[in-house]
Amino acid sequence: MIRLQHTVRRGSFVLDVDAEIPDAGVTGVFGASGSGKTTLLRCIAGLEGEGGPPVHQRNIGYVFQQPTLFPHLDVRRNLDYGARRSGSGRVDASQVIDMLGLGDLLTRRPDTLSGGEAQRVAIGAALMRSPDLVLMDEPLASLDRRRKDELLPYFDRLHDELSIPVVYVSHDIDEVSRLCDHLFVLEDGRVVANGDLFETLARVDIPQLGGRNAGVVLWATPVDHAHGLTRFDFGDGDIWAPGKFAISRNAMRLRIAASDVSIVRERPVQTTILNVLPATIENVHSVDEATALIRLGVGNQRLLAQVTNRSIERLGLQDGERVFAQLKSVTVRR
Amino acid sequence: MTLYGPFWLSAQLALVTTLILLVAGAPVAWWLSQTESRFKPLVQTVVAMPIVLPPTVLGFYLLILLGPQGAIGGWWVQLTGSALTFSFTGLVIASCIYSLPFAVQPMQTAFEALPRRTLERAWTLGASRLDAFFSVAVPLSLRGFVSGAVLAFAHTLGEFGVVLMVGGNIPGETRVVSIAIYDHVETLDYSAAHQLSLLLLAFAFVVLLATFAWNRARVAR
Repeated sequence: MIRLQHTVRRGSFVLDVDAEIPDAGVTGVFGASGSGKTTLLRCIAGLEGEGGPPVHQRNIGYVFQQPTLFPHLDVRRNLDYGARRSGSGRVDASQVIDMLGLGDLLTRRPDTLSGGEAQRVAIGAALMRSPDLVLMDEPLASLDRRRKDELLPYFDRLHDELSIPVVYVSHDIDEVSRLCDHLFVLEDGRVVANGDLFETLARVDIPQLGGRNAGVVLWATPVDHAHGLTRFDFGDGDIWAPGKFAISRNAMRLRIAASDVSIVRERPVQTTILNVLPATIENVHSVDEATALIRLGVGNQRLLAQVTNRSIERLGLQDGERVFAQLKSVTVRR
Repeated sequence: MTLYGPFWLSAQLALVTTLILLVAGAPVAWWLSQTESRFKPLVQTVVAMPIVLPPTVLGFYLLILLGPQGAIGGWWVQLTGSALTFSFTGLVIASCIYSLPFAVQPMQTAFEALPRRTLERAWTLGASRLDAFFSVAVPLSLRGFVSGAVLAFAHTLGEFGVVLMVGGNIPGETRVVSIAIYDHVETLDYSAAHQLSLLLLAFAFVVLLATFAWNRARVAR
């Protein structure tokens, strides 16, 4: 485990964090803007806050939101900058170059790179330092949709191939759902949730994970295709999702937003909804006057449904009740 | 003493002064660009004083300070046995103070233009403050160093009032080109004054042109 213990006061804002995160995998730091995500990251790096060793003695890799390179050095020398100043050399340069597709960029100058390319080089340079921990501050936020989509597969590879723990700051729940294993939620400088991604997303009591952000992620393996759809097995049932994904034994992530899940008492006989799963109501949590979040158990998996309090009252839904969950839409995150 | 002797003496003085100012001025410029200290305006003012101060005023105080009776001059006499005033060394010290703002300010401006993030990135990649200064800040502020060097050199080359006060007019030691030109005009030797003045004029033009062209080429690249 990595212990995060930071207190910083800036004007009326106070960051007060004392928590532990896993020393493997990707930890998503999620929260609205102004919740202290970047400040926390800068504290870990030593760029802010007091005490602790100077920045250059902390063995971290830092990736800034704006792609930041040294404009007077070409790509190769940008990559070497940190490597030359690191003692361990645990990370293999050729592996980093290959993983991030940097081979063709090595002789280029930073001002000739696109934003996405520059960010890949910046990530590569941070990794070449062989850090004990990589800190990423919304590395996709400054890029447009197309660049983002270009870059995401590289993050998937990092996630799968890198053994260095990563702290990934984001305000985009889709990014977090796709890339992270662990979720750390900040609000006004305080930790409001800290746990396994899948379990934390299934909680109904965290306002920051409500509304548009409410929804779960399921691990599922693609088993067959039909009509341009792929059937996924999530262990406790099947889910159909649009798109043809290669049949493999590797589990993929399915994101199911709470607003796309509705509840019916009887199994519908004639419906256009493809995915109808038998479920048990585990928890009904009223969010505001109009809406509520319901946590549903489907075998060992969890779903969230966003419904109106009016519907709950009308149907008389209660904890422990057996119902059917209708999934209007499912997105395959990767 | 040849006609062009004073010119070479001035060039020597300007070169030595410029080199000293680049080395000594860079840390001052760096400090000014990075600090949030409440003493910053004070230091800035002291550095900028030679721009607004009449050279004779600056020269007068330097004469007192560097003279055998002065704080620095007296100590120098004890150390070396010779006086600082009316010597080349004395002129170098005076020129360094006189041209200080012209070297410091362009460097400071260049350092201030450096994105904070770029420095922070160097630190997170394992560079100490000093390492980051030399490996990132200096190469990225080259333009400021060149501007500072050109301005300090040119300004020292044209120095008159301070030299007159501190250095006098000793051929081969303190008789710099501006003093020589003044002398030639005084003695109505216009031809000699013309030759030296034209040389300075051409020199100033070529140096500035080269600097601007270099800047343009750098921006285009």
